[in-house]
Parts: sequence; C-alpha cells; structure tokens
Amino acid sequence: MDCNQVFVLKVKKVIFVFTLLIAFLSIKNDTFAQVESVVSPDSVVAESAHAVSGEDGATAHGEEKFEPTKVIMEHIADSHVWHLWGHTSIPLPVILYTSSGLEVFSSANFHHGEHDYQGKYNKYRLVTGLKQSMTKDMFNKNIKVVGADGQIDEAASDTVIDFSITKNVAAMFIAIALIVIVFSAVAAGYKKRVGKAPKGLQSFLEPVIIFVRDDIAKPNIGHKYAKFMPYLLTIFFFILFNNLLGLVPIFPGSANVTGNIALTFVMATATMLVVNLNGNKYYWKHILTPDVPWWLYPIMIPVELIGIISKPFALMVRLFANITAGHIIVLSLISLIFIFKTLAIAPVSVAFVLFMDVLELLVAFLQAFIFTLLSALFIGMAVEEHH
Amino acid sequence: MELVTPSIGLVFWTALAFICLLILLRKLAWKPILGAIHDREQSIDEALNKAELAKQEMTRLTAQNQDLMQQARAERDEILKEAKTLKDGILNEAKKQAQLEGAKLIEKAKIEIENQKKAALAEVKGQVSTLSLEIAERVLRNQLDDKAKQEALVANLLKDVELN
Repeated sequence: MDCNQVFVLKVKKVIFVFTLLIAFLSIKNDTFAQVESVVSPDSVVAESAHAVSGEDGATAHGEEKFEPTKVIMEHIADSHVWHLWGHTSIPLPVILYTSSGLEVFSSANFHHGEHDYQGKYNKYRLVTGLKQSMTKDMFNKNIKVVGADGQIDEAASDTVIDFSITKNVAAMFIAIALIVIVFSAVAAGYKKRVGKAPKGLQSFLEPVIIFVRDDIAKPNIGHKYAKFMPYLLTIFFFILFNNLLGLVPIFPGSANVTGNIALTFVMATATMLVVNLNGNKYYWKHILTPDVPWWLYPIMIPVELIGIISKPFALMVRLFANITAGHIIVLSLISLIFIFKTLAIAPVSVAFVLFMDVLELLVAFLQAFIFTLLSALFIGMAVEEHH
Repeated sequence: MELVTPSIGLVFWTALAFICLLILLRKLAWKPILGAIHDREQSIDEALNKAELAKQEMTRLTAQNQDLMQQARAERDEILKEAKTLKDGILNEAKKQAQLEGAKLIEKAKIEIENQKKAALAEVKGQVSTLSLEIAERVLRNQLDDKAKQEALVANLLKDVELN
C-alpha cells in the first residue's frame, strides 16, 4: 500500500479540521460575548440546553445556560449510564473493587448523581463533571466514597477501583457481539459453499479480508504473514466496527469507544507485545548493538529503547485523537444551533455535520487501516530476516 | 486531564474483551475464512492452469488430427493408385491370357481342320481310288474292245483325279 497517499490524505484532513476548528472558535468567542451580554434566564435557552443535553448525554437538569464545552466533553468522556433521550437512560452495572470486597449494584441507584448509594461496605456518590465545576476532574463522572460526615472521603476513594460496565464498555461489548455474529455468519458461508463464489455478507467482507491480507500483511511482514493474520484482522475489524458504531447517533452506537485513550492504550499495548514477543535476534541486535561506533551506544541504545515505546504510543494517540476530534467537531457543529439560539443556523449546521459525518466515515476506515498497517509494519520490522 | 488519563476499569474490560475476541475470532472466523479463501484461490489457480494445459493439449491434438488426416489422405491416394495399377495389370494380364488362349484355340482348330482336311482328303483319295478302280473296272469291262480309246480314257481319268 502506498503510504505516501495516506499521509497526504491525513495532512489534508488535519489542515481541514484545523481550519474548521479555528472558524468554530472564532464564532464561539463571538457568540459567548453575545450570550454574556444578552439576559440569560430565558425559557427558550433553558429548553434548548435541555434538548441538547438530552441529545448528548449530559445531565443538565436545571441548567440555565448552554455550555457547549461541557456537553461535548460529557459525550467524549465515559459514563455510568447510557443516556438515550430526554430523561430516558439505561442504567449500567457498577462494579467496585474495594479493600473489603466486590460491590455490584445498578447505577440507577444514583438517580443521575442526585442520591448517594449505601453499598455493602461504603456509601458511594456519583460525582459528575457538571457538579464539580473547574476541578481537575472536570470531564469525569466518578464514583467516590462518602464519609460519615457526608463529605467525599478522597483517601478512601483512592482505594476503590472502578470496574464498572460503563457506557464505553457496554458499547464495546455490543460491537464485539456484532463482530462475532457477523464473522460467524461469514465463516458459515464459507463452510456451506466450499470452493464456490462468495454470497451476500460474505462477498461484502471478503474483499476487506483479502485487502488486509494482500495489501497490509503480505507487503509489510513477508512470507511469515500467516501467523499474524488473526491479530491484524481482529484489530482491523474491532477498530472499524467501534469507529462506525461511534458515528451512529442513537442507542447501539453513539459511544466514543475508539476515541477513548484507555481502549487505544490497550490496542497499542497489544501491538507492542506482539511486536516484541515476536522480535527475532536481528531485531534485538538492532536495538541493543546498533550499527554505530561503540561510543555512541550510550545515546543510541536509550533512543532505540524509547523507540519500542514510542511506536505504540503514536498508535495510541493517533487513533484516540482522530476519533475524538471527529466527535468534537460534529458535536460542535450541532451545538452551533443552540449557541445561536436560532433555527436559521440549522441548515448550515446540518450541512456541515453531514459533510463531517461523511469525512468521519472515511476516517473510520482510514484509522482502522492505519492502525493495522502500522502494526503490520512494526511486526514486519521485528520478524524481518537479514542476510 | 481526564480525557487523556486511561481509567483502569475500561483498560481491564477492553483488554479482557479484546483477548476474548481475538481467541474467539481466531477459532470461529479467521481460520475457516482464511483457509477457505486460500483453498479457493488455489483451486482457481489450478483450474486456470488446467485450462491452459487443456488449451495446449487441444492445439496439439488439432495439429495431430490434421497430420493424421493428411497422412490418411495420402495413404488413401496411394492405395487407390495401387489398386488402379493392380486392376490395370490384371486386366492386361487377362487380356493377354485371353488372347493367348484364343490364339491357342485357333491354332488347335486350324490343326484340327488341317487334320480333318487331310483325313477327308485321304478318305476322298481312298474313295476316288476305289471309285476309279470301279470305274476302271467298268470301263475296262465295257470298253475293252477299243484299246486306244481305253487308254485315252484312263489317262484322262487319272489326270482328273490327280487334279482333284
């Protein structure tokens, strides 16, 4: 595959996004000035803020001013409930690991953060970003331990580890179920029509599978590609399905799964492990005794060792930033309607959102492709034979 | 910034889910799918190769057929020619034989005729001699009075007989 093309595309995209962001920021500053000058407690504003919060998963009850940053960050961040519309949301299980034992209860017990919940061992409070204005946990909905005095006990909170099935985890499970169902069906198709032309879903996905094999794995890894095909195909489709589901604005989608640093961290770590566990002696020789004069070793070896980490780190940040940026832009454009408080801006917003959604569709494929391509490239570098 | 701080729960679940997905798909999907694709590709390659071979075989066979046909045609011509010469030979032979036979028969017939003629002549001679003897006897008997006449008559008669 032609890497140059991809990079040119990426550069163009970055330039475009940057321009849009600058345009948006300039508009935003103006409108904020306006909003501040205009008298704020207005029923229309409250309602629009409510509508937006309904759409974007924020719990903005009683909010009198629309704050796009909070709404957007609420969406980008993870959540303990899956907000559907208005006041309807799906409560998700909260799983806490405390020093005394496991705590499992429904997040409905928090009533959107309005009530504390008395668990088996502690009393818990859902601290939402909106309630904690301007602290370091601004974008976080967190579960904290409430002490006897009704105040948050930070020391006790630190010992509690949150293994809850959050919105992102649930969305990821849905994506995984979808992937397993889709590919089982495809595999069944291959078993049913042995040696025959593909049909239906099978013929739709076969070119993608062959693309991963012939254009990603084979050119980058070489003749040992077969061993890494399951890994490459899995990360490709895992990222792709999560990216695409993230673009769907209603229930099974809408979560910012691949735009979450935790997920990209796991994916990048997986690639790092695959690369380094499969590295041959040439790979390690290149790192530990690079082909430079010996007195350069003190510089070169640390640089090479940093390279082991920096490659997957770039993978992690790239996917996270691309997907998150896409979500932020789409939501920012939607927010324009509520910032201007007029329907007149809606056609412009919708047109831009439509354009961005199409672009994000491309990005969804592109990022899955780039992550897989670079993983294959790193694997190829690690298993390459030198003669 | 919470945005760039991975939360431990999500890391845990993602890692668990991803590993499960990897194992599950490897067993359930990638092995059969990649295997099937590989097998099919091979079978297609094989089929194409076979088709190519068949095509070559076909051209070879066509050439061979043409050769055979030509050969057969030449052979046929030869056979026909041979047959013709044979026929001609036989005909000529037969003709010759027939002629020979005919000639022989004619010869035989001629000899026979000659023989018969000779025999007839001999017989005629015999009869003539008998007749002449008888005549002579009669003449002798009747005309013994005139000696001169008798002699002339005998001489004439004899002359006639000899001429015959």
